[in-house]
Amino acid sequence: MTPSGSRSRDLGFPQRHLLGIEGLAADEITNLLDRAESYVAQNRSGQKKTDLLRGLTVINLFFENSTRTRTSFELAGKRLGADVINMSVSWSSIKKGETLIDTAMTLNAMHPDVLVVRHPDSGAVLLLSEKVNCVVINAGDGSHEHPTQALLDALTIRRHKGRLEGLTVAICGDILHSRVARSNIHLLGVMGARVRVVAPPTLLPAAIERLGVEVFYDMRKALAGCDIVMMLRLQTERMHGSFVPSIREYFHFFGLDRDKLSAAKDDALIMHPGPMNRGVEIDSDLADDIDRSLIRQQVEMGVAVRMACLDVLTRPLRGNAP
Amino acid sequence: MSGAKNGAPPTAYVSARLLDPDSRLDAPGAVLVEGGRIADLGPRLFADGVPEGIRRVDCGGHCLAPGLIDMRVQLREPGEEHKETIVTAGHAAARGGITSMVALPNTEPVIDDVAGVEFIARRAREAKLVKVYTYAAATRRLEGQEITEIGLLAEFGARGFTDGLKAIADAQVMRRALSYARTFDQIIVQHPEEPALADGAMNEGEVATRLGLAGIPAAAEAIMIDRDLRLVALTGGRYHAAHVSTAAAVEAIRQAKARGLRVTCDTAPHYFTLNETAVGAYRTFAKVSPPLRTEADRQAIAEAVADGTIDAIASDHSPHDQEAKRQPFANAEPGIAGLETLLPLSLALFHQDRLGLLDMLACLTSRPATILGLPGGRLAKGAPADLMLFDPELPWLIDPDTFLSKSKNSPFDQHPVQGKVLATVVDGRHIYETET
Repeated sequence: MTPSGSRSRDLGFPQRHLLGIEGLAADEITNLLDRAESYVAQNRSGQKKTDLLRGLTVINLFFENSTRTRTSFELAGKRLGADVINMSVSWSSIKKGETLIDTAMTLNAMHPDVLVVRHPDSGAVLLLSEKVNCVVINAGDGSHEHPTQALLDALTIRRHKGRLEGLTVAICGDILHSRVARSNIHLLGVMGARVRVVAPPTLLPAAIERLGVEVFYDMRKALAGCDIVMMLRLQTERMHGSFVPSIREYFHFFGLDRDKLSAAKDDALIMHPGPMNRGVEIDSDLADDIDRSLIRQQVEMGVAVRMACLDVLTRPLRGNAP
Repeated sequence: MSGAKNGAPPTAYVSARLLDPDSRLDAPGAVLVEGGRIADLGPRLFADGVPEGIRRVDCGGHCLAPGLIDMRVQLREPGEEHKETIVTAGHAAARGGITSMVALPNTEPVIDDVAGVEFIARRAREAKLVKVYTYAAATRRLEGQEITEIGLLAEFGARGFTDGLKAIADAQVMRRALSYARTFDQIIVQHPEEPALADGAMNEGEVATRLGLAGIPAAAEAIMIDRDLRLVALTGGRYHAAHVSTAAAVEAIRQAKARGLRVTCDTAPHYFTLNETAVGAYRTFAKVSPPLRTEADRQAIAEAVADGTIDAIASDHSPHDQEAKRQPFANAEPGIAGLETLLPLSLALFHQDRLGLLDMLACLTSRPATILGLPGGRLAKGAPADLMLFDPELPWLIDPDTFLSKSKNSPFDQHPVQGKVLATVVDGRHIYETET
């Protein structure tokens, strides 16, 4: 669980694609995080760019808008020397399904080496991976998984707390619709952290406790003794009467402010996958408090983690060169 | 192949094990078919040989039973002939031992007027395969608002009234449909799901939560059935709940029957064969409506078939082409192409010793015939010669690639089953015989 092992690891990652965290073993996750550590150093140095992925083509295929995730993957690919192409497909304006498969087949014919895919439907990235013969990285599918987000969160936590095992992490907010929550629950669970979820029951999926988490409806109780408070974004369309009655009521009971945070450990740290709704799920001052908020570090770790994923997953294409 | 209904010579089916669920007959014997009808049958018939002039068909000791009556199929004709037609469904049904099938009205256009009912009847006559009956829509265009011409439609041959895959959601509309249909002693067939709760992709629970799919709670079914049962009590109407899938639903129907309400229900083989875990990693072939439920529900459905709470088993045949299923799970169409697997999947209940062979066959023959007032479903003198010859023991693996249906959407690929249809006879015509 240490950031860089004293013995050399083979950086084994047997999966062909990165479609989700569920099913990954602890050592596979550790290997990815360790590799990402080296890229944190590289990204902070004067020489950010290498030619590790020279000659390889990475296509960012986004069926859903996401400037930050797409940019993060784009930077990661470019810093490793890959040719990166961004493709945005407006999902709502086209006929569903046919286009997903058709787009996949079309892109496949152009022989990319890696497809980074974001899609609004759960399972769509897996479906696409079955139709192409390149490496596929899930950049978020519906409410299912967002594996690189969980990895960057884990890297961020590990750098600040030195470990994941034994930490208590509270994930707060719209668990029901959140792929970030699911990926984090799987990752933190397999790495030995204790995970709590807190939300009104309308924002909790059925049988969530079967994923190995403790369920809370009260923020102060959920945060008591926590090392990490992970906030989730609440989509605008869910704020007004459908899942919660109003922004005002939601922020009052489930928004993170200094008062609720005081229930957590004194050195508890705040995370948010972004983009934030200031004043909805998180108090604006708190989000900017450099002593408590890891939100900007998360963005930095995102690039490093995505470099590590591109590195490890393209290793078979590069003849196992380290 | 024998000749036409009236031109065919009398035919003697000998050396058969006769199975008739209605009369509880299970004995070696023979059947005489003449003019498309069963002229005689019994253990002693042709004991001294078959007379001159009568064609002799040796059944080789296999089971001869009434042809199956599948009370819930989607034919996709008119409107979606790329998925199925009355002809392709007819061949698939024949291979499945089905001699009568009842089509849902959710075609394009919707079967909500007399012309639609007549169209289906004409196409079935032309196809000359299995018998095809149709439900008519309970409400115009399946919109759930205005009831259809139930009396006229019934006069022209509609066998029941349903909005197909949509629930009749408005309580007042349902009340009036049940009430008005009484005039003509017609049955209302409900897709029992509260739509506001059924806006999901699979059963609500751990599997859906892991997959990030919106769930449909079992309560969606129970709520609609509970409501409908109160409306049945209020109106005295005849009500049939289609494809029940939950323990709560069968318990509600069990109690309603005990109270004497005129209520029946069916299920489809997938609800007692599979549970929600069949969805696995987004297998759209396991997406059905209502969704596959928990293991406890699956057990409860099998039990309810065994104890008779569930009256009938229907294939709920829902043919879909690749495009409809090769989709992200939430967008994929629900349904299974089930005509060719109805009998073997149902026979599993018999092989598991949950119920006897005659009781199992009753769910597929005499009971659906009684519910919808159809001829057939019985081995009896004067009944139509709609017959199925089958071997209840023969083991085989389901292979959807070999389906005669135009669509191959089945989650039962390589599923081991026991029991195979050997021949299918409609009005004395042999419309299917196995290759062996």
